[in-house]
Amino acid sequence: MAKKIRVLIAKPGLDGHDRGAKVVARALKDAGFEVIYTGIRQTPKQIAMTAIQEDVDAVGLSCLSGAHKKLFPEVVKHLKELGGDDIIVFGGGIIPKEDIPYLKKHGIKEIFLPGTDTKETIEFIKENVRKGD
Amino acid sequence: MGKYEELKQQWEKSVEKAISKFPERREKFETTSGIEIKRLYTPEDIEGKDYAEDIGFPGVYPFTRGVQPTMYRGRFWTMRQYAGFGTAEETNKRYRYLLEQGQTGLSVAFDLPTQIGYDSDNELSMGEVGKVGVAIDTLADMEILFDGIDLGKVSTSMTINSPAAILLCMYAAVAEKQGVPMENLRGTIQNDILKEYFARGTYIFPPKESMKIVTDIFEFCKDKMPKWNTISISGYHIREAGSSAVQEVAFTLADGIAYVQAAIDAGLDVDSFAKRLSFFFNAHNNFIEEIAKFRAARRLWARIMKERFGAKDPRSCMLRFHTQTAGSTLTAQQPDNNIIRVTLQALAAVLGGTQSLHTNSRDEALSLPTEDSVRIALRTQQIIAYESGVADSIDPFAGSYMLEKLTDEIEERAMEYIKKIDEMGGMIKAIETGYVHQEISNSAYEYQRAVESKQQIVVGVNEFIIEEDEEHELLKIDEEVERFQIEKLKKVKAQRDSNQVSKKLKELETAAKENKNVIPYIYEAVKTYATLQEICDTLRGVFGEYKASSIL
Repeated sequence: MAKKIRVLIAKPGLDGHDRGAKVVARALKDAGFEVIYTGIRQTPKQIAMTAIQEDVDAVGLSCLSGAHKKLFPEVVKHLKELGGDDIIVFGGGIIPKEDIPYLKKHGIKEIFLPGTDTKETIEFIKENVRKGD
Repeated sequence: MGKYEELKQQWEKSVEKAISKFPERREKFETTSGIEIKRLYTPEDIEGKDYAEDIGFPGVYPFTRGVQPTMYRGRFWTMRQYAGFGTAEETNKRYRYLLEQGQTGLSVAFDLPTQIGYDSDNELSMGEVGKVGVAIDTLADMEILFDGIDLGKVSTSMTINSPAAILLCMYAAVAEKQGVPMENLRGTIQNDILKEYFARGTYIFPPKESMKIVTDIFEFCKDKMPKWNTISISGYHIREAGSSAVQEVAFTLADGIAYVQAAIDAGLDVDSFAKRLSFFFNAHNNFIEEIAKFRAARRLWARIMKERFGAKDPRSCMLRFHTQTAGSTLTAQQPDNNIIRVTLQALAAVLGGTQSLHTNSRDEALSLPTEDSVRIALRTQQIIAYESGVADSIDPFAGSYMLEKLTDEIEERAMEYIKKIDEMGGMIKAIETGYVHQEISNSAYEYQRAVESKQQIVVGVNEFIIEEDEEHELLKIDEEVERFQIEKLKKVKAQRDSNQVSKKLKELETAAKENKNVIPYIYEAVKTYATLQEICDTLRGVFGEYKASSIL
């Protein structure tokens, strides 16, 4: 049997709104993934380190405070430094559409906006994780 | 058989017939709190109600119909738009704009570093400076924020919790410079730390130490700032985190009970501080449940204060509250539809007897609101106030079979929660064991599933979808704000008397260690231009920091 897909759901920065992060985490769990939730107020470096330690396949970032342009790319940068280049990073929150190209350019594979069906996120992870397996 | 029975049977028969041909839209109709909604409410639903005991008159215990004898016939609710972004300079401009547009009170949004006690130059503040509110590092920023605004005339609400004492002292210091004495200041600090642990996230110190600071503020203000609302016990964020209406009432009032108990335990007389407690609720979508919620909360709090805490002053039993429409109901899709959602929510708040109101802007699922959007939101309140006529009679829906029944049911169910929490050993225990998080989180997840299965329709999101062209004008926070703010902080630090700063911080540290009331010491420290973080760090050194768990 294949190993379960492991996903880290994380809240970078100081934003405390974690309803969305928790709902996504639970939906991923119900979809059969192994899910770790960091809790709020994590630095990008802490998130990258947890991702490596927990050997996850994907990291989902949530930010509603408007700090996504600074914080999401920082997570990607730290992941690279720690040898986690193969980990898929995706995100969600209050993110203006026009910021999406910038985030994608900086290594965030997909951004899910408010109102996204969790099934979409689940499909995305299934499609993108372990393409090479 | 009486006429009533006869007609009722007739109707029931016709219902049966109708349903056999056309089934109803759902098997069961429910509110957000799982209260079953009947097909029809009749006089039977309010049978045995004691009007004087349960409903009564406005301005009279148990205040079901409102806390003032004339309500909006005297004066409309305070129209208070929550605002703040970027620097104090920019926010000051927005305040002056809002006051010119007829807003009647100010409401300050602080950025996250300010709310969590970090200066703008802290590494942890990276990316967050000026984003969700205005950045305040020292008294110098506060002076700019209120420049040209007479603090003797305006009432100001500040959404600040863990560092509430510091911002309050800065506000008082600005007023002092304007020549306005402390005892004349009117406004509110949120200062509701408990909900931060399970719904909002801007805690600094552990619960027990945080409660000490809250109690210190009560004690300080009862003599020095008697017109100031020392706390705004907030259900708003509990609801935003996903709770139901009943949970919002239950957990908010359970927090309230914890604060009152803490102050009594610290030796304060209940009637000396309770009249300065205020509340803050959410106005959500389910229109009638929301109106009932406000009425139920008012009645339940009155009963708790009188029966549980033995309050004698009727003002101690009054639940006065601010309301904000529900940010979490706003959609990024077809954002103009949000204006309608906000209108319905605001109307529920007014029919529920709110003392002040913030209406959300249509673009808040996308970013901070633009000036245009904020104006429409304010106009929504003005139209309700000046054109709809709903403010001309007090509690106009009272006596509605359904509304009175729902008011009763919400009160009963909230009381059941409060009993459960009491059995756990009180709200702090219930928070520490994760019970409260879990209850809210379960409701949030259930709601999401209802949306995804289309049991709950959200217009424009899972039904009535259109292809949208992307162009919305959004408010952008200049990335330069962070640099500008750090520069400003450097300058202030270079110009202040650093010996005075160290001396006042040392005195604060000693006071905290000796378990004295820390507020007068914080006041002295802010006047030396000690930074927010320097003061918080001093207290962190004595009180420690709270480390959260991560409950799903």
